[in-house]
Amino acid sequence: MIMVTLKLALKNILGAGLRTWLNVIILSIAFVAIIFTQGFIEGMGNAIVNDMQEMLYGGGQYWHEKYDPQNPLTIDGSHGELAPKMKNMINNDKMVPILIRSGSIYVNGNSQVIQIKGIKPEQNVIELPSEHLNTESEYIPAILGSRMADKVNLKENDQATIRWRDKDGTFDAADIEVVHIMHTSVQAIDNGQIWISISKLRSMMELGDEATLTILPQGIEAPNIVASQWLYKSPDVLLQDIQNMLKTKTAGSMFMYIVLLAMGLLAIFDTQVLAIFRRKKEIGTLIALGMTRRQTILLFTIEGALHGVLGLIVGAVYGIPAFAWIANKGIKLPDMMDQFGFALSARLYPSFGLKLLLMTTLLVLGSVTIVSFLPTRRIARLEPTEALQGRGK
Amino acid sequence: MAIIETVGIAKRYPMGKRKFTALRDIDLKIEKGEFTGIVGPSGSGKTTLLNIIGALDHPSEGSATVLGKKVESLSHKDAARLRNQRLGFIFQTYNLLPVYTVYENVELPLLLLKMNKEKRRELVETALKRVGILDKIDSKPAQLSGGERQRVSVARAMVKEPDLVLADEPTANLDVANSHNILNMMLELNRELETTFLFATHDEKVMRYLRRQITLTDGRITEDIEKEPEPVSPEEV
Repeated sequence: MIMVTLKLALKNILGAGLRTWLNVIILSIAFVAIIFTQGFIEGMGNAIVNDMQEMLYGGGQYWHEKYDPQNPLTIDGSHGELAPKMKNMINNDKMVPILIRSGSIYVNGNSQVIQIKGIKPEQNVIELPSEHLNTESEYIPAILGSRMADKVNLKENDQATIRWRDKDGTFDAADIEVVHIMHTSVQAIDNGQIWISISKLRSMMELGDEATLTILPQGIEAPNIVASQWLYKSPDVLLQDIQNMLKTKTAGSMFMYIVLLAMGLLAIFDTQVLAIFRRKKEIGTLIALGMTRRQTILLFTIEGALHGVLGLIVGAVYGIPAFAWIANKGIKLPDMMDQFGFALSARLYPSFGLKLLLMTTLLVLGSVTIVSFLPTRRIARLEPTEALQGRGK
Repeated sequence: MAIIETVGIAKRYPMGKRKFTALRDIDLKIEKGEFTGIVGPSGSGKTTLLNIIGALDHPSEGSATVLGKKVESLSHKDAARLRNQRLGFIFQTYNLLPVYTVYENVELPLLLLKMNKEKRRELVETALKRVGILDKIDSKPAQLSGGERQRVSVARAMVKEPDLVLADEPTANLDVANSHNILNMMLELNRELETTFLFATHDEKVMRYLRRQITLTDGRITEDIEKEPEPVSPEEV
């Protein structure tokens, strides 16, 4: 009976012509827009997480117990001697130490508070281009992020003066040369900071084998460091704030597609209500020909649900090539996207995964079916004798 | 054996705070193969009686047995089964489904009977041939004249070769020529297939064809006569 009902329903909605196709087009737009929006956000999330891990978080970090990235005033006191196991790992390129100190940079008579970060130039743990720090220079070779370089108006090969206080609190200063400007989506290694060799920074600060934090490569299990002053931070912990922000962005974007889907559903609901009102005689005829009320309700519900199916098919016809093209070419983001609050690459590649496609398909079909069913309950209250004459409540 | 038997049927409808009595004390027996009409002026209860016999409505009082089934005690599902398997309906306004072709309209009762495709095609073509409209098989109802639409409606009622065809004012929307053509055709089908026809009508043309005429006045049977049909041949028309 389902096949017969399906066949009749398909004939009915195709026979309704323009009315059907208007609903189908609205639903297909909602379907494509939901997938695009969610794919965009998912792609953005993947890119952010990926970039943050590749450039900063690696496979997790060990923080000095006093290190609090949210409190710059504690930076100078939050470093300590590395544990023997850590030193061993650093020598085997299984860990990279980072020393962070505060200071100031002077460019063209202006000064700005900065963080001076020291890293091993030969490291391969994160993708920060630290190898440039080995460049021969009569000044201290330094790497800046493009945002920082723009802010202090420095280009490659320019010099500037930095000032710091050593471990005893004595002010000192030296000149740096910008040997490389890195273009990175990760603002946490760019804004307000310069990168120099860790050995140079240690000597400037008169510190021994000390660091503020160390980074593990991705895919390596965190070793058990028996040293109370070093606290392990897993990638999940490090990315937690970002994941929370992504969830907020996802929730915000849901509003848009709920509106879009609601438009489509409203059109279906309206069509169903109108169809039951206008097709009472047809309902009466079907009942007279031997359809039960349940079968008639099923027929009208399937008719409504088929709008959803056609919407998916039409959406797939233009959506799949569009998604494939976008996923391949990416979307160029405007510069102002930096203000979005995330580390974003210049080009974003949306992620249209199978889960997203299936979930959206189920959401569209499920909601369309429910909305299609609700008005059909009136059929159960319709008297066939009145329906045959096009009357009835 | 009677295929329709009603005993003391009454039908009342609520009308504001009062009840309107559409039928009262209807005792009726109709045998297989009859070509019978329930006649009377508008509002006399013809359609109400036809609807009860067609298991589309329940009597308020009394009992109606149609093809061995007590209408008043049938569930929705059983009533639908009875209509689907053994009854055919012809309506004044044809009630064809506008988005279906002639073929699909006539095929519909067979689809509900879950008949296979080959059998359906065979029966639909036979029915359309009988009513002389096979050449319009792929047309939509909107492309047909009133007479042609009613032929399709007759074909739809007859396609499953039901035991009983209920026709409510089948000629009311037709011109004289088409009315006689349709009635001749129904009479032919009655003779050929021994299908019982029960009409509700106040059309004089229909009355000429009836072998039995039951007159309803204000919801009561006031006359029940048997007579010789006086069909008008197409040539005479």
